[in-house]
Amino acid sequence: MTEFIYLYRGGESPKSPAEGQETMQKWMAWMKELGEKGNLKAVGSPLEKTGKLVSGKSKVVSDGPFAEAKDLIGGYTLVTAKDIDEAVELSKGCPIFLVGGAVEVRPILQMNM
Amino acid sequence: MGLIQQSGGAELDPQMFRHESGRMVVALTRLFGIHNLALAEDVVQDAFCRAIEVWKFKGVPANPAAWLMATAKHRAVDILRRERTARTYEPELTRMIESEWTLVPTVHEVFEAHAIEDEQLRMMFSCCHPRLREDARVALVLHILCGFSVGEIAGAFVSGLAATEKRITRAKKVLAGSKKLFDVAEGAEFSRRLPDVQRALYLLFNEGYHGASAETAVRGELCREAMRLTAMLLAHPLGRTPGTQALAALMSFNAARLPGRVDAAGNLSSLLEQDRAKWDRGMVAEGVRLLELSATGLEVMEYHVEAAIAAVHARASRMEETDWAAIVALYDTLMTLRPSPVVALNRAIAVAQKDGPERGLEEIGLIADRERLKAYPFYWAALGELELRRGRREFAREHFGAARKLARNPMERRFLEGRVRVCK
Repeated sequence: MTEFIYLYRGGESPKSPAEGQETMQKWMAWMKELGEKGNLKAVGSPLEKTGKLVSGKSKVVSDGPFAEAKDLIGGYTLVTAKDIDEAVELSKGCPIFLVGGAVEVRPILQMNM
Repeated sequence: MGLIQQSGGAELDPQMFRHESGRMVVALTRLFGIHNLALAEDVVQDAFCRAIEVWKFKGVPANPAAWLMATAKHRAVDILRRERTARTYEPELTRMIESEWTLVPTVHEVFEAHAIEDEQLRMMFSCCHPRLREDARVALVLHILCGFSVGEIAGAFVSGLAATEKRITRAKKVLAGSKKLFDVAEGAEFSRRLPDVQRALYLLFNEGYHGASAETAVRGELCREAMRLTAMLLAHPLGRTPGTQALAALMSFNAARLPGRVDAAGNLSSLLEQDRAKWDRGMVAEGVRLLELSATGLEVMEYHVEAAIAAVHARASRMEETDWAAIVALYDTLMTLRPSPVVALNRAIAVAQKDGPERGLEEIGLIADRERLKAYPFYWAALGELELRRGRREFAREHFGAARKLARNPMERRFLEGRVRVCK
Protein backbone atom coordinates (compact mmCIF):
# COMPACT_ATOMS: atom_id res chain seq x y z
CA MET A 1 0.00 0.00 0.00
CA THR A 2 1.14 3.50 -0.81
CA GLU A 3 0.20 6.74 0.83
CA PHE A 4 -1.32 9.59 -1.11
CA ILE A 5 -2.37 13.08 -0.30
CA TYR A 6 -5.55 14.57 -1.70
CA LEU A 7 -5.27 18.32 -2.11
CA TYR A 8 -8.68 19.89 -2.55
CA ARG A 9 -8.63 22.78 -4.97
CA GLY A 10 -11.27 25.41 -5.64
CA GLY A 11 -14.99 24.71 -5.63
CA GLU A 12 -17.80 27.20 -5.31
CA SER A 13 -19.39 28.32 -2.06
CA PRO A 14 -22.94 27.08 -1.50
CA LYS A 15 -25.69 29.36 -2.80
CA SER A 16 -28.07 28.72 0.08
CA PRO A 17 -28.02 27.28 3.60
CA ALA A 18 -29.88 24.18 2.43
CA GLU A 19 -27.38 23.63 -0.38
CA GLY A 20 -24.51 24.10 2.08
CA GLN A 21 -25.93 21.54 4.45
CA GLU A 22 -26.39 19.08 1.62
CA THR A 23 -22.82 19.56 0.40
CA MET A 24 -21.42 19.12 3.88
CA GLN A 25 -23.38 15.94 4.44
CA LYS A 26 -22.12 14.53 1.14
CA TRP A 27 -18.55 15.20 2.24
CA MET A 28 -19.11 13.49 5.54
CA ALA A 29 -20.63 10.48 3.83
CA TRP A 30 -17.68 10.28 1.45
CA MET A 31 -15.12 10.50 4.27
CA LYS A 32 -17.02 7.81 6.11
CA GLU A 33 -16.97 5.60 3.05
CA LEU A 34 -13.21 6.05 2.65
CA GLY A 35 -12.84 5.07 6.29
CA GLU A 36 -15.00 1.99 5.96
CA LYS A 37 -13.05 0.79 2.94
CA GLY A 38 -9.88 1.15 4.99
CA ASN A 39 -8.36 3.80 2.73
CA LEU A 40 -8.47 6.71 5.12
CA LYS A 41 -5.12 7.36 6.73
CA ALA A 42 -6.01 10.77 8.20
CA VAL A 43 -9.06 12.92 7.53
CA GLY A 44 -6.78 15.93 7.33
CA SER A 45 -7.87 19.51 7.77
CA PRO A 46 -9.37 22.47 6.02
CA LEU A 47 -7.15 25.49 5.45
CA GLU A 48 -7.88 29.18 5.86
CA LYS A 49 -8.11 31.02 2.56
CA THR A 50 -5.40 33.50 3.53
CA GLY A 51 -2.03 33.33 5.19
CA LYS A 52 1.49 34.55 4.63
CA LEU A 53 4.15 33.76 2.11
CA VAL A 54 7.73 33.81 3.30
CA SER A 55 10.24 33.75 0.49
CA GLY A 56 13.74 34.41 -0.71
CA LYS A 57 17.07 34.64 0.99
CA SER A 58 15.91 37.75 2.77
CA LYS A 59 12.80 35.91 3.95
CA VAL A 60 10.37 38.47 2.62
CA VAL A 61 6.96 38.06 4.22
CA SER A 62 3.99 38.85 2.04
CA ASP A 63 0.23 38.25 1.96
CA GLY A 64 0.55 36.07 -1.08
CA PRO A 65 -0.13 36.03 -3.90
CA PHE A 66 -1.53 32.56 -3.58
CA ALA A 67 -3.12 30.73 -6.42
CA GLU A 68 -6.33 32.04 -7.95
CA ALA A 69 -9.56 31.06 -6.17
CA LYS A 70 -10.21 28.18 -8.52
CA ASP A 71 -6.84 26.62 -7.74
CA LEU A 72 -6.61 27.54 -4.08
CA ILE A 73 -5.98 24.59 -1.78
CA GLY A 74 -8.84 24.42 0.68
CA GLY A 75 -7.78 21.34 2.60
CA TYR A 76 -6.08 17.96 2.46
CA THR A 77 -6.64 14.30 3.34
CA LEU A 78 -4.23 11.38 3.60
CA VAL A 79 -5.28 8.09 2.06
CA THR A 80 -3.71 4.72 1.37
CA ALA A 81 -4.23 2.90 -1.89
CA LYS A 82 -2.69 0.07 -3.87
CA ASP A 83 -1.40 2.42 -6.53
CA ILE A 84 -2.07 5.79 -8.13
CA ASP A 85 -4.86 4.34 -10.26
CA GLU A 86 -6.77 3.22 -7.21
CA ALA A 87 -6.13 6.53 -5.44
CA VAL A 88 -7.47 8.40 -8.48
CA GLU A 89 -10.48 6.13 -8.70
CA LEU A 90 -11.30 6.70 -5.02
CA SER A 91 -10.98 10.46 -5.41
CA LYS A 92 -13.77 10.45 -7.97
CA GLY A 93 -16.31 10.07 -5.19
CA CYS A 94 -15.31 13.44 -3.75
CA PRO A 95 -18.23 15.89 -3.62
CA ILE A 96 -15.91 18.74 -4.64
CA PHE A 97 -16.62 17.84 -8.26
CA LEU A 98 -20.27 18.80 -7.75
CA VAL A 99 -19.25 22.40 -7.10
CA GLY A 100 -16.61 22.79 -9.81
CA GLY A 101 -13.56 21.97 -7.72
CA ALA A 102 -10.67 19.55 -8.27
CA VAL A 103 -8.67 16.98 -6.35
CA GLU A 104 -4.93 16.85 -6.79
CA VAL A 105 -3.73 13.32 -6.06
CA ARG A 106 -0.07 13.12 -5.11
CA PRO A 107 1.82 10.06 -3.97
CA ILE A 108 3.82 10.64 -0.83
CA LEU A 109 7.43 9.96 -1.62
CA GLN A 110 8.50 6.77 0.09
CA MET A 111 11.97 6.07 1.38
CA ASN A 112 13.03 2.65 0.12
CA MET A 113 15.52 1.21 2.57
CA MET B 1 -17.37 24.03 21.55
CA GLY B 2 -18.54 20.58 22.48
CA LEU B 3 -17.33 17.19 21.42
CA ILE B 4 -16.74 16.42 17.81
CA GLN B 5 -18.47 13.38 16.40
CA GLN B 6 -15.95 11.73 14.15
CA SER B 7 -18.14 9.31 12.27
CA GLY B 8 -20.21 11.91 10.49
CA GLY B 9 -23.20 9.83 11.38
CA ALA B 10 -24.85 12.63 13.33
CA GLU B 11 -28.46 13.02 12.35
CA LEU B 12 -28.86 16.67 11.46
CA ASP B 13 -32.31 18.11 11.03
CA PRO B 14 -32.44 18.71 7.25
CA GLN B 15 -33.76 22.22 7.87
CA MET B 16 -31.14 23.04 10.48
CA PHE B 17 -28.99 25.34 8.34
CA ARG B 18 -31.99 27.18 6.97
CA HIS B 19 -33.50 27.79 10.38
CA GLU B 20 -30.20 28.82 11.93
CA SER B 21 -29.67 31.20 9.03
CA GLY B 22 -32.87 33.04 9.98
CA ARG B 23 -31.89 33.10 13.65
CA MET B 24 -28.41 34.46 12.97
CA VAL B 25 -29.59 37.11 10.51
CA VAL B 26 -32.07 38.56 13.00
CA ALA B 27 -29.54 38.61 15.86
CA LEU B 28 -26.92 40.29 13.66
CA THR B 29 -29.44 42.76 12.29
CA ARG B 30 -30.28 43.68 15.86
CA LEU B 31 -26.59 44.55 16.38
CA PHE B 32 -25.75 46.15 13.08
CA GLY B 33 -29.08 47.86 12.48
CA ILE B 34 -31.55 47.07 9.70
CA HIS B 35 -29.69 49.34 7.27
CA ASN B 36 -26.79 46.89 7.49
CA LEU B 37 -28.88 43.85 6.52
CA ALA B 38 -26.42 42.99 3.74
CA LEU B 39 -23.54 42.94 6.23
CA ALA B 40 -25.54 40.63 8.51
CA GLU B 41 -26.15 38.32 5.57
CA ASP B 42 -22.44 38.28 4.73
CA VAL B 43 -21.56 37.28 8.29
CA VAL B 44 -24.09 34.44 8.17
CA GLN B 45 -22.75 33.23 4.84
CA ASP B 46 -19.26 33.33 6.29
CA ALA B 47 -20.30 31.35 9.39
CA PHE B 48 -21.83 28.66 7.18
CA CYS B 49 -18.78 28.43 4.95
CA ARG B 50 -16.56 27.96 8.00
CA ALA B 51 -18.88 25.38 9.51
CA ILE B 52 -19.03 23.42 6.28
CA GLU B 53 -15.26 23.50 5.82
CA VAL B 54 -14.55 22.29 9.33
CA TRP B 55 -17.42 19.83 9.72
CA LYS B 56 -16.78 18.04 6.49
CA PHE B 57 -13.40 17.05 7.87
CA LYS B 58 -14.05 16.81 11.58
CA GLY B 59 -17.69 15.84 11.75
CA VAL B 60 -20.65 17.74 13.14
CA PRO B 61 -20.13 19.02 16.67
CA ALA B 62 -22.44 17.96 19.48
CA ASN B 63 -24.26 21.27 19.38
CA PRO B 64 -24.01 22.52 15.81
CA ALA B 65 -26.36 25.48 16.35
CA ALA B 66 -24.22 26.76 19.21
CA TRP B 67 -21.09 26.35 17.07
CA LEU B 68 -22.62 28.42 14.26
CA MET B 69 -23.82 31.08 16.68
CA ALA B 70 -20.38 31.27 18.31
CA THR B 71 -18.76 31.73 14.91
CA ALA B 72 -21.20 34.47 13.96
CA LYS B 73 -20.75 36.21 17.33
CA HIS B 74 -16.99 36.11 17.02
CA ARG B 75 -17.13 37.64 13.57
CA ALA B 76 -19.63 40.26 14.73
CA VAL B 77 -17.36 41.39 17.58
CA ASP B 78 -14.50 41.55 15.09
CA ILE B 79 -16.43 43.75 12.69
CA LEU B 80 -17.84 45.98 15.40
CA ARG B 81 -14.38 46.52 16.80
CA ARG B 82 -12.63 47.08 13.51
CA GLU B 83 -15.27 49.19 11.81
CA ARG B 84 -16.48 51.05 14.86
CA THR B 85 -15.98 54.42 13.27
CA ALA B 86 -16.47 53.45 9.65
CA ARG B 87 -20.13 52.56 9.96
CA THR B 88 -23.13 53.44 12.03
CA TYR B 89 -24.87 50.58 13.75
CA GLU B 90 -28.14 50.06 15.57
CA PRO B 91 -28.87 53.46 17.16
CA GLU B 92 -30.33 51.90 20.31
CA LEU B 93 -27.15 49.91 20.90
CA THR B 94 -24.52 52.37 19.70
CA ARG B 95 -23.36 53.33 23.16
CA MET B 96 -23.05 49.70 24.25
CA ILE B 97 -21.11 48.78 21.15
CA GLU B 98 -18.75 51.74 21.35
CA SER B 99 -17.37 50.82 24.73
CA GLU B 100 -15.00 47.88 24.94
CA TRP B 101 -16.47 47.15 28.38
CA THR B 102 -19.93 46.48 27.09
CA LEU B 103 -19.26 45.28 23.54
CA VAL B 104 -18.89 41.55 24.17
CA PRO B 105 -21.70 41.26 26.77
CA THR B 106 -24.00 43.15 24.39
CA VAL B 107 -23.23 40.75 21.55
CA HIS B 108 -23.85 37.78 23.84
CA GLU B 109 -27.15 39.18 24.99
CA VAL B 110 -28.41 39.68 21.47
CA PHE B 111 -27.64 36.03 20.71
CA GLU B 112 -29.56 34.68 23.72
CA ALA B 113 -32.35 32.29 22.66
CA HIS B 114 -35.18 34.42 24.02
CA ALA B 115 -33.76 37.56 22.40
CA ILE B 116 -33.56 35.78 19.06
CA GLU B 117 -37.18 34.68 19.35
CA ASP B 118 -38.30 38.28 19.86
CA GLU B 119 -36.17 39.39 16.95
CA GLN B 120 -37.64 36.78 14.63
CA LEU B 121 -41.10 38.10 15.34
CA ARG B 122 -39.88 41.64 14.86
CA MET B 123 -38.40 40.72 11.52
CA MET B 124 -41.63 38.97 10.50
CA PHE B 125 -43.54 42.17 11.13
CA SER B 126 -40.85 44.30 9.51
CA CYS B 127 -41.01 42.16 6.34
CA CYS B 128 -44.74 42.90 6.08
CA HIS B 129 -43.94 46.52 5.38
CA PRO B 130 -46.93 48.54 4.12
CA ARG B 131 -44.94 49.68 1.12
CA LEU B 132 -44.46 46.13 -0.10
CA ARG B 133 -46.83 44.03 -2.15
CA GLU B 134 -48.13 40.82 -0.64
CA ASP B 135 -45.98 38.58 -2.83
CA ALA B 136 -42.88 40.59 -1.93
CA ARG B 137 -43.63 40.24 1.78
CA VAL B 138 -43.93 36.47 1.47
CA ALA B 139 -40.70 36.27 -0.53
CA LEU B 140 -38.88 38.41 2.03
CA VAL B 141 -40.08 36.29 4.96
CA LEU B 142 -38.94 33.15 3.17
CA HIS B 143 -35.61 34.68 2.30
CA ILE B 144 -34.68 36.23 5.64
CA LEU B 145 -36.41 34.06 8.24
CA CYS B 146 -36.47 30.72 6.46
CA GLY B 147 -33.08 30.91 4.73
CA PHE B 148 -34.38 30.30 1.21
CA SER B 149 -32.07 31.58 -1.52
CA VAL B 150 -33.47 33.65 -4.35
CA GLY B 151 -33.13 30.62 -6.61
CA GLU B 152 -35.03 28.41 -4.20
CA ILE B 153 -37.83 30.97 -3.91
CA ALA B 154 -38.07 31.28 -7.69
CA GLY B 155 -38.28 27.49 -7.86
CA ALA B 156 -40.93 27.21 -5.19
CA PHE B 157 -43.12 29.87 -6.77
CA VAL B 158 -42.37 28.80 -10.35
CA SER B 159 -41.43 32.35 -11.20
CA GLY B 160 -38.49 33.59 -13.22
CA LEU B 161 -35.15 33.92 -11.47
CA ALA B 162 -34.56 37.49 -12.69
CA ALA B 163 -38.03 38.64 -11.66
CA THR B 164 -37.69 37.05 -8.23
CA GLU B 165 -34.26 38.53 -7.76
CA LYS B 166 -35.59 41.97 -8.64
CA ARG B 167 -38.54 41.60 -6.30
CA ILE B 168 -36.38 40.53 -3.36
CA THR B 169 -33.69 43.14 -3.97
CA ARG B 170 -36.31 45.85 -4.07
CA ALA B 171 -38.04 44.52 -0.96
CA LYS B 172 -34.73 44.41 0.91
CA LYS B 173 -34.09 48.00 -0.07
CA VAL B 174 -37.44 49.03 1.39
CA LEU B 175 -36.69 47.04 4.53
CA ALA B 176 -33.16 48.39 4.91
CA GLY B 177 -34.47 51.90 4.28
CA SER B 178 -36.95 51.72 7.12
CA LYS B 179 -35.06 53.47 9.89
CA LYS B 180 -35.61 50.77 12.44
CA LEU B 181 -37.20 47.40 12.84
CA PHE B 182 -40.82 47.07 13.80
CA ASP B 183 -41.42 47.47 17.53
CA VAL B 184 -43.41 44.47 18.73
CA ALA B 185 -43.85 45.98 22.18
CA GLU B 186 -46.00 48.77 20.74
CA GLY B 187 -49.51 47.29 21.13
CA ALA B 188 -51.49 49.51 18.79
CA GLU B 189 -48.95 49.22 15.96
CA PHE B 190 -48.78 45.48 16.50
CA SER B 191 -52.52 45.03 16.14
CA ARG B 192 -52.58 47.25 13.09
CA ARG B 193 -50.00 45.22 11.24
CA LEU B 194 -51.05 41.79 12.52
CA PRO B 195 -53.58 41.16 9.71
CA ASP B 196 -50.83 41.71 7.12
CA VAL B 197 -48.58 39.23 8.90
CA GLN B 198 -51.38 36.67 9.13
CA ARG B 199 -52.10 37.19 5.45
CA ALA B 200 -48.45 36.63 4.50
CA LEU B 201 -48.35 33.40 6.49
CA TYR B 202 -51.63 32.32 4.94
CA LEU B 203 -50.28 32.96 1.43
CA LEU B 204 -47.07 31.12 2.26
CA PHE B 205 -49.01 28.09 3.41
CA ASN B 206 -51.27 28.22 0.36
CA GLU B 207 -48.31 28.36 -1.96
CA GLY B 208 -47.26 25.07 -0.45
CA TYR B 209 -50.72 23.61 -0.42
CA HIS B 210 -52.14 24.67 -3.79
CA GLY B 211 -49.07 26.10 -5.45
CA ALA B 212 -47.54 25.39 -8.78
CA SER B 213 -44.29 23.71 -7.78
CA ALA B 214 -44.03 20.16 -9.04
CA GLU B 215 -42.01 19.03 -6.07
CA THR B 216 -44.05 17.63 -3.24
CA ALA B 217 -41.08 18.02 -0.92
CA VAL B 218 -40.73 21.75 -1.67
CA ARG B 219 -44.42 22.30 -1.13
CA GLY B 220 -44.45 20.39 2.13
CA GLU B 221 -41.57 22.55 3.26
CA LEU B 222 -43.44 25.77 2.52
CA CYS B 223 -46.39 24.48 4.54
CA ARG B 224 -44.12 23.51 7.43
CA GLU B 225 -42.40 26.91 7.38
CA ALA B 226 -45.75 28.71 7.45
CA MET B 227 -46.76 26.60 10.44
CA ARG B 228 -43.48 27.20 12.23
CA LEU B 229 -43.80 30.97 11.83
CA THR B 230 -47.46 30.88 12.85
CA ALA B 231 -46.45 29.02 16.01
CA MET B 232 -44.02 31.89 16.76
CA LEU B 233 -46.87 34.34 16.38
CA LEU B 234 -49.06 32.24 18.66
CA ALA B 235 -46.33 32.25 21.30
CA HIS B 236 -46.49 36.04 21.58
CA PRO B 237 -49.18 37.47 23.91
CA LEU B 238 -50.21 40.08 21.35
CA GLY B 239 -50.00 37.65 18.45
CA ARG B 240 -52.19 35.02 20.10
CA THR B 241 -55.49 36.40 18.80
CA PRO B 242 -58.56 34.40 17.72
CA GLY B 243 -57.63 35.23 14.14
CA THR B 244 -54.15 33.70 14.51
CA GLN B 245 -55.64 30.66 16.22
CA ALA B 246 -58.13 30.24 13.38
CA LEU B 247 -55.28 30.58 10.87
CA ALA B 248 -53.29 27.92 12.73
CA ALA B 249 -56.40 25.70 12.82
CA LEU B 250 -56.83 26.06 9.05
CA MET B 251 -53.20 25.13 8.48
CA SER B 252 -53.52 22.08 10.74
CA PHE B 253 -56.60 20.77 8.93
CA ASN B 254 -55.00 21.26 5.54
CA ALA B 255 -51.67 19.82 6.65
CA ALA B 256 -53.60 16.77 7.89
CA ARG B 257 -54.75 16.22 4.32
CA LEU B 258 -51.32 16.65 2.72
CA PRO B 259 -50.43 12.93 2.89
CA GLY B 260 -53.64 12.10 1.01
CA ARG B 261 -53.17 14.60 -1.81
CA VAL B 262 -50.80 12.41 -3.71
CA ASP B 263 -51.62 8.73 -4.22
CA ALA B 264 -49.24 5.78 -4.07
CA ALA B 265 -48.22 6.27 -7.70
CA GLY B 266 -47.28 9.91 -7.06
CA ASN B 267 -50.40 11.20 -8.79
CA LEU B 268 -52.53 14.07 -7.64
CA SER B 269 -55.86 13.01 -6.24
CA SER B 270 -58.77 15.39 -5.74
CA LEU B 271 -60.33 15.99 -2.34
CA LEU B 272 -63.34 13.96 -3.39
CA GLU B 273 -61.28 10.88 -4.19
CA GLN B 274 -58.64 11.02 -1.49
CA ASP B 275 -57.95 8.04 0.71
CA ARG B 276 -59.12 9.60 3.95
CA ALA B 277 -57.42 6.90 6.00
CA LYS B 278 -54.16 8.68 5.09
CA TRP B 279 -55.21 11.90 6.75
CA ASP B 280 -53.19 12.74 9.80
CA ARG B 281 -55.62 12.34 12.71
CA GLY B 282 -53.30 14.04 15.19
CA MET B 283 -53.23 17.13 12.97
CA VAL B 284 -57.01 17.07 12.66
CA ALA B 285 -57.29 16.98 16.45
CA GLU B 286 -54.89 19.93 16.68
CA GLY B 287 -57.06 21.80 14.17
CA VAL B 288 -60.19 21.11 16.23
CA ARG B 289 -58.44 22.30 19.39
CA LEU B 290 -57.24 25.54 17.77
CA LEU B 291 -60.58 26.19 16.11
CA GLU B 292 -62.31 25.92 19.47
CA LEU B 293 -59.80 28.33 20.98
CA SER B 294 -60.39 30.75 18.13
CA ALA B 295 -64.13 30.93 18.77
CA THR B 296 -63.83 33.81 21.22
CA GLY B 297 -64.25 37.49 20.64
CA LEU B 298 -66.47 39.25 18.17
CA GLU B 299 -64.34 39.35 15.09
CA VAL B 300 -64.84 36.69 12.46
CA MET B 301 -61.97 36.59 10.01
CA GLU B 302 -61.79 34.68 6.78
CA TYR B 303 -59.53 32.19 8.57
CA HIS B 304 -62.35 31.25 10.94
CA VAL B 305 -64.58 30.47 7.99
CA GLU B 306 -61.95 28.63 5.98
CA ALA B 307 -60.97 26.60 9.02
CA ALA B 308 -64.64 25.78 9.63
CA ILE B 309 -64.95 24.55 6.02
CA ALA B 310 -61.83 22.42 6.44
CA ALA B 311 -63.29 21.07 9.70
CA VAL B 312 -66.47 19.94 7.92
CA HIS B 313 -64.36 18.01 5.42
CA ALA B 314 -62.23 16.54 8.18
CA ARG B 315 -65.29 15.36 10.10
CA ALA B 316 -66.56 13.30 7.17
CA SER B 317 -64.79 9.96 7.24
CA ARG B 318 -66.20 9.25 3.77
CA MET B 319 -66.78 11.82 1.05
CA GLU B 320 -70.51 10.88 0.93
CA GLU B 321 -70.89 11.92 4.56
CA THR B 322 -69.81 15.51 3.87
CA ASP B 323 -72.30 18.12 5.07
CA TRP B 324 -72.42 20.11 1.83
CA ALA B 325 -75.22 22.38 3.06
CA ALA B 326 -72.96 23.55 5.88
CA ILE B 327 -70.12 24.08 3.42
CA VAL B 328 -72.25 26.15 1.04
CA ALA B 329 -73.42 28.30 3.96
CA LEU B 330 -69.81 28.84 5.06
CA TYR B 331 -68.80 29.82 1.53
CA ASP B 332 -71.64 32.34 1.54
CA THR B 333 -70.09 33.91 4.63
CA LEU B 334 -66.64 33.80 3.08
CA MET B 335 -67.98 35.61 0.02
CA THR B 336 -69.06 38.48 2.24
CA LEU B 337 -65.73 38.60 4.11
CA ARG B 338 -63.29 38.14 1.27
CA PRO B 339 -64.99 37.74 -2.08
CA SER B 340 -62.88 36.42 -4.95
CA PRO B 341 -63.53 34.44 -8.12
CA VAL B 342 -61.71 31.44 -6.64
CA VAL B 343 -63.88 31.46 -3.51
CA ALA B 344 -66.96 31.77 -5.73
CA LEU B 345 -65.77 28.80 -7.79
CA ASN B 346 -65.31 26.67 -4.69
CA ARG B 347 -68.75 27.70 -3.53
CA ALA B 348 -70.23 26.65 -6.88
CA ILE B 349 -68.53 23.26 -6.59
CA ALA B 350 -70.06 22.81 -3.12
CA VAL B 351 -73.49 23.79 -4.52
CA ALA B 352 -73.04 21.12 -7.20
CA GLN B 353 -72.29 18.52 -4.53
CA LYS B 354 -75.42 19.54 -2.67
CA ASP B 355 -77.92 20.16 -5.47
CA GLY B 356 -76.48 18.52 -8.54
CA PRO B 357 -74.19 19.53 -11.44
CA GLU B 358 -76.78 21.69 -13.25
CA ARG B 359 -77.05 24.00 -10.25
CA GLY B 360 -73.28 24.07 -9.93
CA LEU B 361 -72.85 25.11 -13.56
CA GLU B 362 -75.47 27.80 -13.11
CA GLU B 363 -73.53 29.18 -10.15
CA ILE B 364 -70.29 29.16 -12.12
CA GLY B 365 -72.07 31.10 -14.86
CA LEU B 366 -73.00 33.74 -12.29
CA ILE B 367 -69.46 34.34 -10.98
CA ALA B 368 -68.59 37.99 -11.29
CA ASP B 369 -65.12 38.47 -12.73
CA ARG B 370 -65.21 34.97 -14.21
CA GLU B 371 -62.70 36.10 -16.83
CA ARG B 372 -59.99 36.06 -14.21
CA LEU B 373 -60.48 32.33 -13.64
CA LYS B 374 -59.76 31.44 -17.23
CA ALA B 375 -56.03 31.14 -16.65
CA TYR B 376 -56.60 28.80 -13.72
CA PRO B 377 -56.54 25.10 -14.70
CA PHE B 378 -58.95 24.04 -11.99
CA TYR B 379 -61.63 26.39 -13.29
CA TRP B 380 -61.75 24.35 -16.51
CA ALA B 381 -61.40 21.13 -14.56
CA ALA B 382 -64.42 22.04 -12.43
CA LEU B 383 -66.47 22.73 -15.54
CA GLY B 384 -65.28 19.40 -16.92
CA GLU B 385 -66.28 17.47 -13.79
CA LEU B 386 -69.75 18.97 -13.73
CA GLU B 387 -70.37 18.38 -17.44
CA LEU B 388 -69.14 14.84 -17.04
CA ARG B 389 -71.55 14.27 -14.20
CA ARG B 390 -74.36 15.57 -16.35
CA GLY B 391 -73.35 13.05 -18.96
CA ARG B 392 -72.15 15.59 -21.53
CA ARG B 393 -68.85 13.90 -22.27
CA GLU B 394 -68.07 15.95 -25.34
CA PHE B 395 -68.16 19.22 -23.36
CA ALA B 396 -66.38 17.65 -20.45
CA ARG B 397 -63.52 16.54 -22.66
CA GLU B 398 -63.10 19.99 -24.14
CA HIS B 399 -62.95 21.56 -20.69
CA PHE B 400 -60.45 19.03 -19.40
CA GLY B 401 -58.41 19.61 -22.54
CA ALA B 402 -58.34 23.34 -21.81
CA ALA B 403 -57.36 22.61 -18.21
CA ARG B 404 -54.52 20.34 -19.32
CA LYS B 405 -53.07 23.11 -21.49
CA LEU B 406 -52.86 25.30 -18.38
CA ALA B 407 -51.31 22.64 -16.13
CA ARG B 408 -48.48 24.16 -14.11
CA ASN B 409 -46.47 20.99 -13.52
CA PRO B 410 -46.21 17.37 -14.69
CA MET B 411 -48.27 16.12 -11.76
CA GLU B 412 -51.20 18.37 -12.67
CA ARG B 413 -50.77 17.46 -16.33
CA ARG B 414 -50.96 13.72 -15.59
CA PHE B 415 -54.02 14.25 -13.43
CA LEU B 416 -55.82 16.28 -16.10
CA GLU B 417 -54.81 13.93 -18.91
CA GLY B 418 -56.42 11.16 -16.88
CA ARG B 419 -59.62 13.20 -16.76
CA VAL B 420 -59.55 13.76 -20.54
CA ARG B 421 -59.22 10.00 -21.04
CA VAL B 422 -62.20 9.29 -18.79
CA CYS B 423 -64.35 11.29 -21.21
CA LYS B 424 -63.61 9.09 -24.21
